[in-house]
Amino acid sequence: MHSHAQNAAVPDDRLHEFTRKDVWNGFTHLVPLSFFVVIFGIAFGVAAVQTGLDPFSIVLMSTLVFAGASQFATLDMWGAQVPLIPVLITVFAINARHLLMGATLYPWLRQLSPMKRYGVMLFASDANWALSMNAFGRKEPGLGLLLGGGIALWSFWIVGTWLGFYFGNAIQDPVSLGLDMVMGCFLLSMVAIGPKNLRIFVIWAVAAGSSLFAYWYLPENTHVVVGALAGGTLGAFWTEKKKV
Amino acid sequence: MNIETSFHGTLLIILAMAVVTLITRWGGVFVMSFIPIGYRVQQFITAMSGSVLVALLAPLAVEGDAGARLALLSTAVVMLLFKKPLPAIAAGILAAAVTRAI
Repeated sequence: MHSHAQNAAVPDDRLHEFTRKDVWNGFTHLVPLSFFVVIFGIAFGVAAVQTGLDPFSIVLMSTLVFAGASQFATLDMWGAQVPLIPVLITVFAINARHLLMGATLYPWLRQLSPMKRYGVMLFASDANWALSMNAFGRKEPGLGLLLGGGIALWSFWIVGTWLGFYFGNAIQDPVSLGLDMVMGCFLLSMVAIGPKNLRIFVIWAVAAGSSLFAYWYLPENTHVVVGALAGGTLGAFWTEKKKV
Repeated sequence: MNIETSFHGTLLIILAMAVVTLITRWGGVFVMSFIPIGYRVQQFITAMSGSVLVALLAPLAVEGDAGARLALLSTAVVMLLFKKPLPAIAAGILAAAVTRAI
């Protein structure tokens, strides 16, 4: 997860390019974090078995949905009958942040063929997206990190879910070990690594304030989108000075 | 609409969840393809990318237990001092585990 020195600066119009090696590099970058993803996969597997899902469905869900928070949330709504529309609304609300991730990556994704563009986005998730945006922020290519890192997170998430079914009792209480904080701390480290100035701090403050407002007063699971749009809107009006 | 959790019912729910999630992964990219990327849009995008993370973390920092708060604080401090994510994350997890053990 360290910023790796590029041998030569890549020109701005070629930052979207990525090779097999970049994808592999992205994969290895996120392997350390992916070990924790396995633990959460196990936790999900255990919770899903206890909810009454069969192992095939559990692994299928992790493979096709690949969005942990929303998968956990739907387990609470599971029973002999499942209310389809409320489940889908919950899934959409929790995963709506992907819409923003796709939008933020668009300046580089648009230079790919539609096939590649939407193919890469299949693997978009919090950690690899943050890593990728950081790379672009440093004027380094980021889509290899997005794809490779995403493949790492995805495969470890599936393996973890599968292990949860067989070795469910191996990890009794991930929360007491602090393991629930892995993703939060990772994402915070990605925030902290970026450039910092007064404009950025004010944008963050507005994003945090709006997020908390939404968290307390607006419908559940809207806080990420509300906070991100508020911060983005401020950034659109209070622009950086153009570099000449 | 309630779906029976028979084998086929469960399969249907999972497929529907997958489609909805896929729409979120593709939708942002798709919508942006109709929006010309000028300087202001670019600024919006950059500001939003940091804001997503801040908005995700804010409730965790404010409403989380002491372990969660100290974890985030430790990560932030180590990041500011050393600018290395892995030690920062390790410090965060350790802080949470120790706080919750006491």
